[in-house]
Amino acid sequence: MKKLLIALMTTTAALSLAASAEAAEKLKACWVYTGPIGDFGYSYQHDQGRLEVEKALGDKVETAYLENVSEGPDADRAFERLAREGCKLIFGTSFGFMDAEVKVAKKFPKVMFEHATGYKTGDNLGIYNARFYEGRYVLGQIAAKESKSGVAGYIVSFPIPEVVMGINSFMLGAQSINPNFKAKIVWVNSWFDPGKEADAAKALFDQGADIIVQHTDSTAALQVAEERKLHGFGQSSDMIKFAPNAQLTSLTDEWGPYYISRVQAAIDGTWKPDNVWLGIKDGAVKLAPYTNMPDDVKAMAEATEKKIAGGWNPFTGPIAKQDGSAWLKDGEVADDGTLLGMNFYVKGVDDKLPQ
Amino acid sequence: MDITVNILLTIATAATPLLIAAIGELVVERSGVLNLGVEGMMIMGAVGGFGAGYLTGSPWVGLLAAIAMGALFSLLFAVMTLSLATNQVATGLSLTLLGLGLSGMIGTGFVGQPGVRLPNLDIPGLSSIPVVGKLLFGQDPVFYISIVLTAAVMWFLFKTRTGLTLRSIGDSHASAHALGIKVIRYRYLSVIFGGACAGLAGGHLSLVYTPQWVENMTAGRGWIALALVVFASWRPWRVLAGAYIFGAVWIGQLHAQAFGIPVPSQMLSSLPYLATVVVLVLISRNKRLTMMNTPASLGQPFVPDR
Repeated sequence: MKKLLIALMTTTAALSLAASAEAAEKLKACWVYTGPIGDFGYSYQHDQGRLEVEKALGDKVETAYLENVSEGPDADRAFERLAREGCKLIFGTSFGFMDAEVKVAKKFPKVMFEHATGYKTGDNLGIYNARFYEGRYVLGQIAAKESKSGVAGYIVSFPIPEVVMGINSFMLGAQSINPNFKAKIVWVNSWFDPGKEADAAKALFDQGADIIVQHTDSTAALQVAEERKLHGFGQSSDMIKFAPNAQLTSLTDEWGPYYISRVQAAIDGTWKPDNVWLGIKDGAVKLAPYTNMPDDVKAMAEATEKKIAGGWNPFTGPIAKQDGSAWLKDGEVADDGTLLGMNFYVKGVDDKLPQ
Repeated sequence: MDITVNILLTIATAATPLLIAAIGELVVERSGVLNLGVEGMMIMGAVGGFGAGYLTGSPWVGLLAAIAMGALFSLLFAVMTLSLATNQVATGLSLTLLGLGLSGMIGTGFVGQPGVRLPNLDIPGLSSIPVVGKLLFGQDPVFYISIVLTAAVMWFLFKTRTGLTLRSIGDSHASAHALGIKVIRYRYLSVIFGGACAGLAGGHLSLVYTPQWVENMTAGRGWIALALVVFASWRPWRVLAGAYIFGAVWIGQLHAQAFGIPVPSQMLSSLPYLATVVVLVLISRNKRLTMMNTPASLGQPFVPDR
C-alpha cells in the first residue's frame, strides 16, 4: 500500500512540474529531493541553494524541482522525466539516487548530471559532497566537554558511509577530550520521521545519555532535549528556534555558492563532470553560532574549526579500528576514497555496525 | 524504577495517536464503510492543529481545530462515497494523497516555526506520588481522551440501541434499509466521527508528540491505525491492546539498541504489518468467527433503490 502511494506521489509530483513555461534562451536547472522541502532539514537546505541560484542568476536560469522522490527504482522515472522535460542540468541530492542517475545519465548524454554524496561518476555525471565529518569532529569535542555523564546519544538513519564517517569523526573529536567518552547509537531506519526521532531521543536520555547528536533531519530530538533541560546539536539547518536552551550548535549545509558556480558554468558552456568535496574552508559546511556553553568551550570549538579550515583532517593517525587493529599510522591522513566507502568503526564506538 | 516509568510514558505517547485514529476508523468500518484516507485526515488534523495553535497561541484552540479539520476533510469522503456512491477504496486513497499534498501547501508558512505544546496534566499532590503518580495523573490531556474515547465507543457499540443499529447497517445495509433505518445518515455521522478522531490523532502529533509542523510528519501512522483495526478484528478493546503492543514493540526496539542488544530494526519496524497479516490468516481460518466479527457489507457502496 505504501509503495503504491509513493509511486502515485512521484507521478503527481512529476505532473506538477509540467506547468513550467518554456523559454528557449534560459538554462533549465532541476533538482531532485528525497524529502519534502518543508522538512526544515536536508532537503530544505538544498532547496535554499536552488532559491539562491534563482536569485543570483535571475532570468538566465529557470529552475524546477521534484520533492518526496523515494530512493531506489522510483527515482529512475523522476530523473528521466526531468531529462525529457528539457532540464539541461540535473542535481540529485540524495545518496540513494546514485544508480538511478548513472542509468539515466547514460540515456541522455547531452544532459548534465550531478549527484550529491555518492561515488559513481560518468561522462556527463559529476559528483559533489560536503565534508560534514569536519563539523562532526567539532561536535564531538563540544559533547565531551559539556556532557556530565560522559555518554552521548546518537540517532542515525541508515548505515551508509556518509553516516558511519560522521559517527567516527564525532567519536575521534570526543576522545580527543575524554578518552573514555561513549556514544549510544540508535538506528531509526528513516531520514525523516519526527515521532520516531523523538522516541529515540527519549530512549537515549532514559538510558543515561545527556547530549543528543543526530544524523536524521527533523527538529524533534532537539525538542525533547529542550523539554528535559539537556543539550543537543541541530542538523542541516539552524534549529535554535526550536530549542533555544538546548542547542549547542548546529551542523548546517550551505549549498548555494556551489550550485551558483555550477549553473553558471553550464550557462557558459564550461561545465565538466567533476568530483568535489567541499568543507568548512569552502563555506559549504557551517556551524551555527555556539550557544548554551561556557566561553572556554566556545573558544576551543572555534579553534578546532579554524584548524580544520586550515587544512587539518580529523582522520589523521594514529587511529585504530574498532577491533583494535591499526588503521592509520601516526601522521597518516585517510584518503578520500577510503572515507567515501567507509564501512567500519574506529576504536571506542560502542555499537555493532549493521551490514 | 525511574527508567521503567519513563519507558511506559514514552509507550503511551507513541500509542495514543494510533489508538485514537484506529478507534475512529473502527466505528466507520463497523458501519460498513472502508475509509483508507486515515493518513490524509490525520495529516490535515496535524497541520490544522499546529496552524491554529501557532496563530492563536493556544494549544487548546489548536486541538479543537485539529478535530474540526479532520471532520471537515472526512466530509469530502462522505459526500463522494455515500451520496455519489464512488468506489470507497479509490476515494480513500485519493483522500490520503490529497491530504498529504494539501497539508504541505497549507503548512508552507509554518515550516521552521516553533509551535505551542499542550501542557501535561499536573494534578498537585497526585502526580508526585512515586511511580503511579506520573503514569496516571501526569500525562498529556489527549492520553486521557484516548482512554475515555475507547471506553465510550465500546459502550456505544455494544450496549446501546443506536450502536446495535450501526452494527446492523455494517452487516447488511440492504436489510437495515428495508427496516426503515436511515443508512446513509448513520454512515455520514460515522465517517465524520472517524475523521474527527483522525484529526485529533494528527493534532496529538503536532501539539504534543513533536510540537512542530513538517510535511509528512504522520510518517505512515495512519496506515498502522488501519492495520490495527483489522488486527483487532473490529473490537475496541483489542484496538487498545494492539496500539499499546505496537507502541511497546517500537519503543522497546529503540531501548534495546541503546542498550547495545543487536536487533535488526528493519524487522521490528515491519512487525505491525506482519502481525496484521498473521491475525488475518488466523481469523479467516475460522469461517464462523470471521462472519461474526467482520462487518459483512464493508466497502460496498450503497444506493437506496427508491
